[in-house]
Amino acid sequence: MISANLSAIFYLVSGILFILALRGLSSPDTSRQGNYFGIAGMLIAIIVTFLTIGNFSYTLIYVIIFLLIGGAIGAFIAFKIPMTAMPELVAGFHSLVGLAAVFVAIAAFLNPAAFNLGLVGNIKLASLIEMSIGAAVGAITFSGSIIAFLKLRGIMSGSPITFGGQHLLNLILGLGIVVLIFYLCKTQSANVFWTLVIISFLVGILLIIPIGGADMPVVISMLNSYSGWAAAGIGFTLENTALIITGALVGSSGAILSYIMCKAMNRSFVSVILGGFGADNSSDDKKEKRDQKPVKSGNAEDAAFLMKNASSVIIVPGYGMAVAQAQHALREMVDKLKKNDIKVTYAIHPVAGRMPGHMNVLLAEANVPYDEVFELEDINNDFANSDVAFVIGANDVTNPVAKTDPKSPIFGMPVLDVEKCKSVLFVKRSLSPGYAGIDNELFYKDNTLMLFADAKKMTEDIVKNLD
Amino acid sequence: MEIDPFIFRLSIFILSIFIGYYVVWSVTPSLHTPLMSVTNAISSVIIVGAIIAALAGSSGKIFGISSIFGFLAIILAAINIFGGFLVTQRMLQMYKKKKDKKK
Repeated sequence: MISANLSAIFYLVSGILFILALRGLSSPDTSRQGNYFGIAGMLIAIIVTFLTIGNFSYTLIYVIIFLLIGGAIGAFIAFKIPMTAMPELVAGFHSLVGLAAVFVAIAAFLNPAAFNLGLVGNIKLASLIEMSIGAAVGAITFSGSIIAFLKLRGIMSGSPITFGGQHLLNLILGLGIVVLIFYLCKTQSANVFWTLVIISFLVGILLIIPIGGADMPVVISMLNSYSGWAAAGIGFTLENTALIITGALVGSSGAILSYIMCKAMNRSFVSVILGGFGADNSSDDKKEKRDQKPVKSGNAEDAAFLMKNASSVIIVPGYGMAVAQAQHALREMVDKLKKNDIKVTYAIHPVAGRMPGHMNVLLAEANVPYDEVFELEDINNDFANSDVAFVIGANDVTNPVAKTDPKSPIFGMPVLDVEKCKSVLFVKRSLSPGYAGIDNELFYKDNTLMLFADAKKMTEDIVKNLD
Repeated sequence: MEIDPFIFRLSIFILSIFIGYYVVWSVTPSLHTPLMSVTNAISSVIIVGAIIAALAGSSGKIFGISSIFGFLAIILAAINIFGGFLVTQRMLQMYKKKKDKKK
């Protein structure tokens, strides 16, 4: 058994280790070390908790058994999950943090004495507010992440679900949560507490269903942030420094990522939340117009010929590459090109993929060295001096309409200046518009060659033709 | 007048938000996915609360209603801790520089 003061200091240490874990991610070189700091912080927090409670009865064995069961499941998932499924995995993990926060809040409400928060029916006012905030945010995180998970996994359609009065309903439920917390403080009634939890679950669902697939990077980051605030809420309830620090870190991390994603799409956070973007609104006459415009299409041989004669190639990967699992074939293609002394780099748009940094992970998985991969602002000027842009599975992030047509829904969004390349190779299954539901002008440019095929198959065919 | 300890916790909280703000801005964009998975793992430090809840009701019966919630939360948080750190590790292992892979 160690004193409360000593354990508080250890919790502080573990909080600092978590800060160092995030700090490590400033460069891939230091990131692995950072992860060890994180693990160390977690170990300290758990051991100190055991020591502080000082209860070494047989219950402890149960705790350890449950810990190992969860750990085994987690480890199994971590080793099995394909890198393309990272967005779903992260959404799934967020939901677990949310639910754990709800459970801890419920436990604290049912047995406040264990946490030094007073007695049942007479819980300290501040603690009651803190635990209800923790429970509410946790519940929203849980159900919201489940919806995000289902959408990302494709179990639920990615298109937004909207209905009349949706925003009004959300507003009313939001206010309802505040009123319920107020009543809970007055009455300490368990029924009010349960209602609060249930309504929060409902809000989480309603909050995410109207948001379309294109906005998923924002949603994931936002839920990341929520899971942090939920943890912080519980941290205040438990008066635990490690939890408060971590909650603040995670909360701000998610908020910053949401901001970066919104900026990369030139959308305001509010408009993402309100949802409805990316609905299938392509009318028939639009389609006709599209069919009339001439498109140059080619095959793997043409593409291989073009690239062989280039001196520099920029690869623009997008979500389609992830879906087709084409990253390994792509790396093979690039290796062949490099053998012919062709300079190859990768250009990544911040919202390529379904979560921040998704493309970078996939390329890293395919053994692409990270110093060949560049972010939008670092590489955008190079397109004008390059011979070939190879767009694989990306669409909206290359659409020049974002620069030229103020009426377009994506106007003002920073895009990759792919059209400035001498020639553009565009691997795509069809001419269908991307997630934003708009036509890409790039398809009809003279210097664009469309390669209609599955991304992986096309890349493999090009590899064959490069010999 | 004494200062309520809540104010100290609030100070820690707010200062940590600032730390988080500056630290996260310094994270390189190519590591944003590992950032999300590691923040996921560390926010599972909520397991601290779960352990307290699980062990608290142990005077007499092990599985009181509140400790059941504690045990459930332990499983959820443990999935996240192991899953989060290990998947982050797996991802970070893949990030290599050019010179590493020269044949």
